[in-house]
Amino acid sequence: MDLKELYQEIILDHGKNPRNLRKTENFNKDAKGHNPLCGDNVHIYLKLNENKKVEDISFEGHGCAISMASASIMTDLVKGKEETEVKEIVNDFLDMIKEKEELQNKILNEDEKTKLMCLSGVKQYPMRVKCATLSWHTLTSAIDDFQKIVNTEN
Amino acid sequence: MNIENIKKEFPIFDEKIQNNDLVYLDSANSSQKPRVVIDRIYDFYSKEFSNVGRSVHYLAVAATNLYENTRTSVQKYINAKDKNEIVFTKGATEAINLVANTFGQKYLEEGDEVLLTELEHHSNYVPWHFLRNSKKIKIEFAEINEAGEITIEAIKNKITNKTKIISVTHLSNVTGAILPIKEIVELAHSKNIPVLVDGCQGAPHLKLDMQELDCDFYAISGHKMYGPTGIGVLYAKKKWLDDLPPYQGGGGMINEVKKTGISYGELPNKYEAGTMATAQVIAFNESIKFMEKVGIENIEKHEKELLDYGLDILRKNNSIKIVGNPKNKGGVISFTIEGVHPHDIATILDEDGVAIRAGHHCCQILHEKLKLPATARASFGVYNTKDDIDQLSKSIENCKKIFNL
Ligand SMILES: Cc1ncc(COP(=O)(O)O)c(C=O)c1O
Repeated sequence: MDLKELYQEIILDHGKNPRNLRKTENFNKDAKGHNPLCGDNVHIYLKLNENKKVEDISFEGHGCAISMASASIMTDLVKGKEETEVKEIVNDFLDMIKEKEELQNKILNEDEKTKLMCLSGVKQYPMRVKCATLSWHTLTSAIDDFQKIVNTEN
Repeated sequence: MNIENIKKEFPIFDEKIQNNDLVYLDSANSSQKPRVVIDRIYDFYSKEFSNVGRSVHYLAVAATNLYENTRTSVQKYINAKDKNEIVFTKGATEAINLVANTFGQKYLEEGDEVLLTELEHHSNYVPWHFLRNSKKIKIEFAEINEAGEITIEAIKNKITNKTKIISVTHLSNVTGAILPIKEIVELAHSKNIPVLVDGCQGAPHLKLDMQELDCDFYAISGHKMYGPTGIGVLYAKKKWLDDLPPYQGGGGMINEVKKTGISYGELPNKYEAGTMATAQVIAFNESIKFMEKVGIENIEKHEKELLDYGLDILRKNNSIKIVGNPKNKGGVISFTIEGVHPHDIATILDEDGVAIRAGHHCCQILHEKLKLPATARASFGVYNTKDDIDQLSKSIENCKKIFNL
């Protein structure tokens, strides 16, 4: 185990200065996520245009460096993607965090994949996996228009 | 017993935890277990096991006696008048649920008020919240002051002629504040209001004397007192246990069962339905004996020294903010580090074998009041040493380094 792998520069940077930490005006989809174990909260706002492309995505909330960095990187990467692509990226990321070595999708370029792989360090820290996945589960429920609050315990 | 040698009584400290010596600073969550307690569970299951209170064979009688011996030990340890004032539960949570449920059933009506404090653990709030729905009662919260304490005035301010019961923690598991229980009870009794004390954090660290405190109910968790999990105690004055309805129904708590009706058993059986955590109750006697052997005065003194030492070191560190500053404080230090989330602190400290807790510690009301989503918490037990605190301080420095602070 290596803490340096978990707390890389890029995670610390996104954790301290999260991108897209705001509220999208005229959002048309949103969802809230909550991690009852640690009290982390995230609210994701999504604006899909008529072609179902992500015109804007943002989030509000608070949490540890891992959860803030994860939401920050995620929002950066899915901006401009189509809804189906977003879903594929989300599933790919969640698979990678759970079990797979690598990301499989062909939507993100190598640079973007490298950024995402920075989060793979949490695999070594089972109690922290939820910190990394909360915003991703919340994005899924925003897209699927779930009215219920995502809860990492379920 | 030499307090310096106490660590040796706890087998876990012989283990390497991820290649580190264990620096265990999470005793407010649960304490580690001395060898005598662990061995007692092993011996009971291997040589003496039987269910209690039912059969007449040799093992059953012997087990029943052992089980009842713990009741007597607890009675003496907390200076209760009668051994039947000791009810075994699965923990403080169940003890509080028992009171909220039975007292609620019998004495609470729409519009009545239950007075808690902002320091309460969820287990001293949620059971009362159930009654908001079922009985339409109101819940009031006595407010903390700047220091994170509950003063007698804070309680006085919230008592009305609708207040039917006051339920307060003895020692806050976040700020460490020790509440003026004796004064609260005197005040409450002058208005005929009974008092339940959540003694989860009180029992492991403070001298307990039910005659002196004079509270009506006192809830304890065994696992925080160097005892097994799955065992707790509700102390209640006998008049209440006689008066309140039973809690759970089942075997062991009945007198006579007919198709047309049921009569309930005598104390203490009335509140101990079903097969209890027999082995844990029996092993809990060893925890009590352990604490008696060390001496609660010695434990208090030792933990106070650790607290003063820890506060001194952490206060010198400019990036650390300590949560609360109660005058009368137990061995709990909750803190935040500017620029590092408590969960990141806990993960980084863990890498050095330093076990702390991060989060809201089941006290969301308090954290909301303090406007902190989470805090990091180091809490002490009898086995901690100044070296543990030095390691804590070193690991905190490492934490700042990783975060480039
Ligand atoms: C003040 C306080 N009350 C109640 C509890 C609940 O205890 P248990 O989970 O053992 O029932 C705790 C344990 O964390 C506590 O610290």
